[in-house]
Amino acid sequence: MTNQTIHMKTKVHFLLALACLSSAALAAPQSFDFKDPKGVNNATFKLDAPLEALNGNATGISGTVTFDPADPAATKGKIVVATASLHVGNSMQQQHMLSDKWLDAAKYPEIVFEAKELKNLKTDGDATTADVSGAFTLKGISKEMTVPVKLTYLKDKLGQRVPKLKGDLLVIRANFTIKRSDFGIMPGQMEEKVSDAIELTLSIAGASPR
Amino acid sequence: MSKKVLRTLALLLLVATLAVWVATGANRGWTKTSVPVTRTDEVTGITVDDYQKRFVPGIDFLGAALLGSGILAGASFLFRTKQPQS
Repeated sequence: MTNQTIHMKTKVHFLLALACLSSAALAAPQSFDFKDPKGVNNATFKLDAPLEALNGNATGISGTVTFDPADPAATKGKIVVATASLHVGNSMQQQHMLSDKWLDAAKYPEIVFEAKELKNLKTDGDATTADVSGAFTLKGISKEMTVPVKLTYLKDKLGQRVPKLKGDLLVIRANFTIKRSDFGIMPGQMEEKVSDAIELTLSIAGASPR
Repeated sequence: MSKKVLRTLALLLLVATLAVWVATGANRGWTKTSVPVTRTDEVTGITVDDYQKRFVPGIDFLGAALLGSGILAGASFLFRTKQPQS
């Protein structure tokens, strides 16, 4: 074996090792932070009522999700909504909503969804739909729930939102319905004025800087 | 305060309230103290409603004005009509 062949072989081994390392790094799970500097992340809610549906949103969103583009099934994380950030268009309705009779925002400052397992995954390009199982906590009561979600992985798009930062974005969208009676919010009361069912929509983007 | 003044006030209150209600978009829901303005993030495609402080009277506002107007008009009946002296 000549010196040139040995040198060539070493080079190939080095390149292979480098390729393995970089693919391992790329495949590693990434942590996405959902505290949005642009204030776009939001959760909306809607309750039917006789004259007009009561609807509003919450923008006080935080939490982290671990996502691996090569293995979306391993996604785990926790999304937190600050109860006090819930807003409706009528100030009196808002006061009632945050009062101790309804959400009791002073005693229960956070609404939390903790994702534990993803099932029925379907991936199409950068988008993955799945049913996520986890614990939903509202007004201090936790319930196990399964919610349909859509995860969209936006590689290298962080810089377009936050200049001078490089990294990826993960957009999570979910629509689901809960019952306020399940979470001790005026159970069995005032259902003629405000429905028991609450339609929730989550539209959030998390950032994973490099 | 005469009967005529009370009835005029009742009518003015009703007309002014109706004018304000129509001018602000004739909202047939509850009165709003803030209204949503939709904004879309171009990168993620997420839309969010930012609430801006604005008073938009609703049906309850009209109802309160109608009640006030009715009370004023009703009070006018407490005044006796002056009988012409014979």
